[in-house]
Amino acid sequence: MGKVEVVNGVETFNGEGFQLAMLDKVIAVARANSVWPLPFATSCCGIEYMATMGTNYDVARFGMERMSFSPRQADLLIVAGTISKKLAPILKKVYEQMAEPKWVLSVGACASSGGIFDTYSVLQGIDRVIPVDVYVPGCPPRPEQIIEGIMNIHRLVKHESLRRRYSDEYKHLLTKYNLNEDE
Amino acid sequence: MSSPNDYIPILIQAVVALGFVVTVLVVTHILGPKLRGKKKDANWECGIEEVGNARFPVSVRYFMTAILFVLFDVEVIFFYPYAVNFHELQLDGLWAVMLFVGLFLTGFFYVLKKGALEWEK
Repeated sequence: MGKVEVVNGVETFNGEGFQLAMLDKVIAVARANSVWPLPFATSCCGIEYMATMGTNYDVARFGMERMSFSPRQADLLIVAGTISKKLAPILKKVYEQMAEPKWVLSVGACASSGGIFDTYSVLQGIDRVIPVDVYVPGCPPRPEQIIEGIMNIHRLVKHESLRRRYSDEYKHLLTKYNLNEDE
Repeated sequence: MSSPNDYIPILIQAVVALGFVVTVLVVTHILGPKLRGKKKDANWECGIEEVGNARFPVSVRYFMTAILFVLFDVEVIFFYPYAVNFHELQLDGLWAVMLFVGLFLTGFFYVLKKGALEWEK
């Protein structure tokens, strides 16, 4: 009979001419290794993210070389930079138009909390308008920190259930942020 | 000798191939998990509210000038082979080209009289 092996974090059962694995685990690993990011870069954190995309740090190593500037084909919304209150509805609509499953990476102090811009015009953290999965601290964070944030996103992706969008938890999240609602 | 009956396997293969594609497309749409919403299904995807309608009348002046230029440009291109064969074609060729240019000039005067090339109007 066959033996059990662990390939890329997925338990597989190998026999004569066949290989068995859990479908959701295989899909999760496939998703985690091909996250298509939508860079929502507004200021200096965006420059750091550009460095992360470049050859020295090279996010393409993680299957992320395909930047999606249409929310329809994006899996990960990377918000890098200050989001003013005027930009907030735009960010929210872009997030809404992304197809499930979707994740959000908040890069830098401004996106996470408003940063030094504690003023009337700046949104004090993007989690006031959209749910955030991973926060990256720094002002701006170095590419290594952004990559660590991406690694944490990968950990979430590997453990997300295939039908999370139908769960009560997810529906509660949508209601809480007033998403996917017809006004 | 081959008879039409010999091609039935190919027909079956074509039907199976097409049927597989159509079935898979339909099944993915039925089984695939999806969440819909009014904003999510909106056409415009840059996040900004759309304003107005893209279907409004625009001025045709530039289009008229451009398309007339193309017409006469092509006319000039037809002159090149004629110029190369000018001696062989003799008088018949000359009449043919005169007729060709005459037709174009008639159209040109029609366009001028219609005022298609008056930019300030």
